[in-house]
Amino acid sequence: MGEFKVHRVRFFDYMPTAIRAMAFNSRTERLALARADGALEIFNFADNYFQEKVIPGQDGRAVEALCWVGQRLFSAGLNGEITEYDLENLRPRYTVEAYGGPIWTISSNSQGTLLAVSRRERNFNDIQCFDFVFCDLLGRIISLSWHPSGTLIAAGMMDMIRIFDAETGRATHRLLVERGVGASKSKEVVVWSIVFLSDHTIVSGDSAGKVQIWDGVTGTLVRTQLVTKWDVLALSVSNDESSLVAGTSEGTVVQFQFISSTVGQQDKEWVRTRTFKNHSHDVRALAHTETAVVSGGMDTQLVVRPLLDKVEKNTQESALRKMTLPHRSLVCCAKKAGLLLFQFPDHLELWRLGESDGHGKPGDSLPVKRKPEKLIQLKRKGEDHICCSALSPCGGWLAYSTVTSFRLYRLQNNNISITKVSKLPKDLRSAHQLCFSPDSSKLFASSSHSSVIVVALNQPECKYLHTLKPKSGSRQPVHLLFASEDGKWLATANTDCEIHVYNLDKLKLHCTVPVYSSCPTAIAIHPTTSNLVAVHADQQIFEFSLVQKEYTEWSRKLQKQGLHSLWLERDTPITHVAFNPQNPAHIILHDTFMFCIIDQSLPLPEAKTPFYNQMTLRSLPEPQRIIHSHAFKICKNFQHLMCVSLLEDHSLVVVERPLLNIMSQLPAPVRQKKFAT
Amino acid sequence: MNKTITVDVLREPVRANHSTGLAGAEKQRFRWPLTFNCLFSRDPTSSTFFSSSMAALYEGYTLCGLAPAQNLLSSGIQGVEAERDSDHVVVTDSTRSVTLYKVSDQKPLSSWTVKQGQTLTCSAVYNSQTKEYVAVSDGKVIRIWKEEEILLDKAFKATVSSDVWRVHCVAGGEPVVLFQRGAVRLLDSLLSAPQQSIEEILAQEEVIRWSTNIVTESQQVVIFTTEQKGDHFLYLQRLNPNTLQRYRLEREEPGLSPLSFSASCRDKHICLLYLYPNGHVYQSVVPVRGLGADEGAQALLMPRSLLLALPIGEGLLEAASAQVLDDAHVAVVGVPHPSAGAGKDFLCIWNTNFQTLQAGKEMAGKIYGQLWRYSNKLFIPHGKTLSVIPYEWPKSSLASALGKLRQAKTEESKAPTSVPSWNNILHEEKAHPLRTVETRKTRTNRKSQSAPSLTNDHILELIKTAPVEEVQKEVEVLLSRMDVQGLQPSVGQLASTLVSRSLDDPTFYTPSSLAQLVHTRCLCHSVCPDLVLLALERKDYFLCQLCLQFFPDIPEAVTCACLKAFISMPDVDAEKVSVEPDGVSFMESLMARERGPLGLQNGFSPIEMDRSDSLGVGDTRAEDKEKATTPTVQICPVGLHKAVLLNEILQTAYSDSFLLPHLKDLSSQHVLLFLQYLQFLYLKYSQDAFPQMHGLRSPSLTQIMDWVCLLLDAHFTVLVMTPEAKGLLLNLHSFVKSQVRLVSELGKIEGSLQELNKMKVKKDVGQYSIEVIELF
Repeated sequence: MGEFKVHRVRFFDYMPTAIRAMAFNSRTERLALARADGALEIFNFADNYFQEKVIPGQDGRAVEALCWVGQRLFSAGLNGEITEYDLENLRPRYTVEAYGGPIWTISSNSQGTLLAVSRRERNFNDIQCFDFVFCDLLGRIISLSWHPSGTLIAAGMMDMIRIFDAETGRATHRLLVERGVGASKSKEVVVWSIVFLSDHTIVSGDSAGKVQIWDGVTGTLVRTQLVTKWDVLALSVSNDESSLVAGTSEGTVVQFQFISSTVGQQDKEWVRTRTFKNHSHDVRALAHTETAVVSGGMDTQLVVRPLLDKVEKNTQESALRKMTLPHRSLVCCAKKAGLLLFQFPDHLELWRLGESDGHGKPGDSLPVKRKPEKLIQLKRKGEDHICCSALSPCGGWLAYSTVTSFRLYRLQNNNISITKVSKLPKDLRSAHQLCFSPDSSKLFASSSHSSVIVVALNQPECKYLHTLKPKSGSRQPVHLLFASEDGKWLATANTDCEIHVYNLDKLKLHCTVPVYSSCPTAIAIHPTTSNLVAVHADQQIFEFSLVQKEYTEWSRKLQKQGLHSLWLERDTPITHVAFNPQNPAHIILHDTFMFCIIDQSLPLPEAKTPFYNQMTLRSLPEPQRIIHSHAFKICKNFQHLMCVSLLEDHSLVVVERPLLNIMSQLPAPVRQKKFAT
Repeated sequence: MNKTITVDVLREPVRANHSTGLAGAEKQRFRWPLTFNCLFSRDPTSSTFFSSSMAALYEGYTLCGLAPAQNLLSSGIQGVEAERDSDHVVVTDSTRSVTLYKVSDQKPLSSWTVKQGQTLTCSAVYNSQTKEYVAVSDGKVIRIWKEEEILLDKAFKATVSSDVWRVHCVAGGEPVVLFQRGAVRLLDSLLSAPQQSIEEILAQEEVIRWSTNIVTESQQVVIFTTEQKGDHFLYLQRLNPNTLQRYRLEREEPGLSPLSFSASCRDKHICLLYLYPNGHVYQSVVPVRGLGADEGAQALLMPRSLLLALPIGEGLLEAASAQVLDDAHVAVVGVPHPSAGAGKDFLCIWNTNFQTLQAGKEMAGKIYGQLWRYSNKLFIPHGKTLSVIPYEWPKSSLASALGKLRQAKTEESKAPTSVPSWNNILHEEKAHPLRTVETRKTRTNRKSQSAPSLTNDHILELIKTAPVEEVQKEVEVLLSRMDVQGLQPSVGQLASTLVSRSLDDPTFYTPSSLAQLVHTRCLCHSVCPDLVLLALERKDYFLCQLCLQFFPDIPEAVTCACLKAFISMPDVDAEKVSVEPDGVSFMESLMARERGPLGLQNGFSPIEMDRSDSLGVGDTRAEDKEKATTPTVQICPVGLHKAVLLNEILQTAYSDSFLLPHLKDLSSQHVLLFLQYLQFLYLKYSQDAFPQMHGLRSPSLTQIMDWVCLLLDAHFTVLVMTPEAKGLLLNLHSFVKSQVRLVSELGKIEGSLQELNKMKVKKDVGQYSIEVIELF
């Protein structure tokens, strides 16, 4: 198969931020997740938990609460604004000032017509399409929950819970919450989270570590369960209201179930059943889906823990998933120049790779003759975070975009200078995805309604050429762009799972690849055969001939035989596809945990053949290897991959971000459970 | 006897080992100490032969406070010089004053100061012949005064024409003046014409780093070292007749200059010891008498030998000093203690012959790399004080020279001596009516009873004359009074005196006192070579067992004598002997299994194995063999107590080439019995997966097999001829076969196991690396 010189890069200090809020839309099976930097992510749970959309954050936007209203997504934050997001253009649609202090919580009634938010000063208001209803109260409302009927609202406050009539705005009950024992007796207890069930049961979680069950009709305490010595920060209830989970600042998630305590008895009660410990830090956000508990918090990981009584055991569905790294590439590699561009929310870093003139046996580390160096650190302008960036293959152009602005820079690498291109076409205001043509003469920027703006790059100015539009009329954003090596084709993929291929000579749509049910996670066009390779979130691989406008023979064979089960069981998507110019039969793919070279000339692995067979092959003598080898060559030497790319000199660049490094950079857990405490 | 011989002896066992081709790390464990034992056993009376000793540092005390320089680089002391006797020193500070101290009183007797603006440029010395002090101020002004003169300014002054480096004066020699440019004058001759011209000996850019003055019976020598562009030279200036010799020191690693020098004189040779920042201590020896011809010519390269490689922890040493104490000991200050982490503020005494640490002491505060030694006191400036630390070498032995490090190790594996084992307390009540380890209450009681308590010397006198009971009582009191650390020197003396009285006086024997002394673990065979033989003579097998257990250095001849005595002892007698309870309980548990049903583990059956071996041979033979072997397999051939004693023999260290000749003295009957016992042990071990499961003291399987091999080696022809031994030999053969099989099976998987080991090594990946991978 061959030897590769690998640049093993670990200096990309990518740091995900803490998860602050979560909302699960059970109708669309989308999870919305808000991070501490204001960024919003949408995960499609129906499509292998693929992170299909990312709305970049903004300085000063601190999302405290998220809420789905039908397909619409609202957020509220400590900056006192309520925001609705435009999920098609990946930006806030509009923002409403709530005319008060920070907003702690937001909640919609089940009819999807009313939103309730709690503010600091006037304490409480209802909005119905921005009609405010004030309820003058004392005390801060930390948490809110609508009764499914839409007539009552429960509000968690300091030391108490109040139940309001949503129509009159009057409080009907006041439930006093007991403070913690000992030293915390003097401290106010904060009701961090509250859930109003349809049988008028109210469940509250508070800073004294209690989960309390109240009867909302009589206003009495039914049961108290002390689950932690610290805070219960989040609560979430399943749709059928039979199961409830509570997240604590110890990093545990405690499940309660509404069951009868003795077998055969009719009267059910809330019983503490399971405890999950998948987090090292506070669990700030929780979602209870049909089959799983989704949790996130300070340790930045999104954890999906399937409930084993709801899923079939020992299947892929029952596996625990932890998602830390994004499902899109934050690294751009200039193949010809040997440069790497790292995208951070607030800056870009441009690095030059090191050099080595040594040769070595497989397994050796070569002496590094020239160390890698950081050439440029470019801070973004404005308060919006960077949403995409690109570096031209020659290393001469750099572009990035936020939701409100677009910037293009000219780079001179020999004397490291950067100049901003000031005259930009008017159409180019913002982009979801950027891509340079291989000869660095054109820039492609995906815009609204899946359109792509083509810009010709020549100094001193760049000229708008054309806008490519698909015929499908999809309104979804394009999240993948790929320009073929010969400059003839441009492929785009959007979150409607459509892949369009444009002919750049004619500036016309060439074809649309048959739409597959799963979202593409990586696409690429082969430099010589002009076959488009697309990998989808469900790990399927398709090869589509652009010339014949049909799936290739190899692709059909692959579909017929099916992919190996171990390939399908991987839980991170393929985020990059590349080709080896030395051997046209090679396709290079990678996910977080491995990179793989598919040799199309070799037989596909059968269901019973050992899939990860590199160790076996290594131990075999040369002539026997060919008998045992199959198309998938998988290398797991490098882990937590952010990028695998092939340079022009045929050496591989591997950008690793070991999760341990991320963990070690997290702040110390605020409240760590120590043994015997 | 001379040290050089000791060194030769040390090398010998290595050679011997090569020639005899002994194998097995087990046997080489005690390689060289055992060679000493052999020498002892050849000539047990020559205990003086081994002149090494155990050094000890005593509690130090402060002589005076220091005024260290602001940057803490220098201690503020220029020098400490001996005065009239061992209890007086003259301390010169780095600015203006000279102070005379009475060391034991920690008190200044008088002090002299030069005028403001003047500085003392070399430390004041005391000329014991004229009872005058000599010092130099401002480089060129020599000042001489007597103790009764109070004002230094009114004392005698003479200005010389060149800058003085140091004035040296040692007892028995005249004061000499060493000039900065290398010239040397006797003080008297210099003062006769102070302005005489002084020649320049040293080259440009060559500067003196250190100097000293040594007086032997025939010659006074001034020694000084110089540095010139990174090269270091040693000058030997002999006086009357004046000859000068120049040596070049070998270069250490580039950039490293010696931190300190120390010179001593022995056997008409000058021994120079120098310490480098990398912890290496080198020794160079030059003759006091000149070589004659090549004087003053080209600088000779001085041969050196690495004496010690001190552990230095992290980084190089900065302020450290090494000082010769005697031909085998070096005091080092400013070097980390090997078992106390990285701190460099330790004063350690190292034995250079054995490379062992003899004593260590932590010095509080900064160490300036200064160290002086007069008579048996070390003077160390540290922090803001100048401390005096007395040290001593009590007469001791090889075993103690093995050093503190080794003691620490043994104490880890064994129970520390100061912690009583319940077994010992419960079972030894008879043997020791009163243990050394007592409650505080009883101890104070005893103290009050026997007060005023007798000192060590008194007891030694007492032992020579007093009746048994009194001696026993006093020894016990003494042992209970002393703490374990301080015990070491006196225990040897006590034991030797007790043993020699017992040898002289057949009616005198104090088994309990001796056992107590052995129990302290401060005793070893070489300190008291007659003890084991005395115990054998008096049939005190309990003491023998204790000695075998606690002495690390029992000679093979004595081991063999014990073996002979144990094996020939009738079982009836043996059961009357009181023995260590640990061993008894081990043997009891081992023997208890022989009576119970034979629970074979993992289907292992030695009898079946025999059958498979005898396949093809007639059934009758197999039956015969079973008759012959099964009884020996099932029943222990010796009594319980005898077995315990024999186990002790098995666990002693030995070197087989020295043991073999002594083993040949055993009679064939005894050999047969012993072999049967060993076979019994072997079977028990291999059947029950038994060994060491109880944490009791018990011989290891390897030890048993080694003894089997040794006995067979020593008596093979005799055994072959003895008809009773036939079955035994056949059995042993099958054991060997099974062992060989095991080893060969292990050998087969050796490669795989090693690969496993290699795989575990994980490289630390930095921020960036370029690697080569291969995909198949």
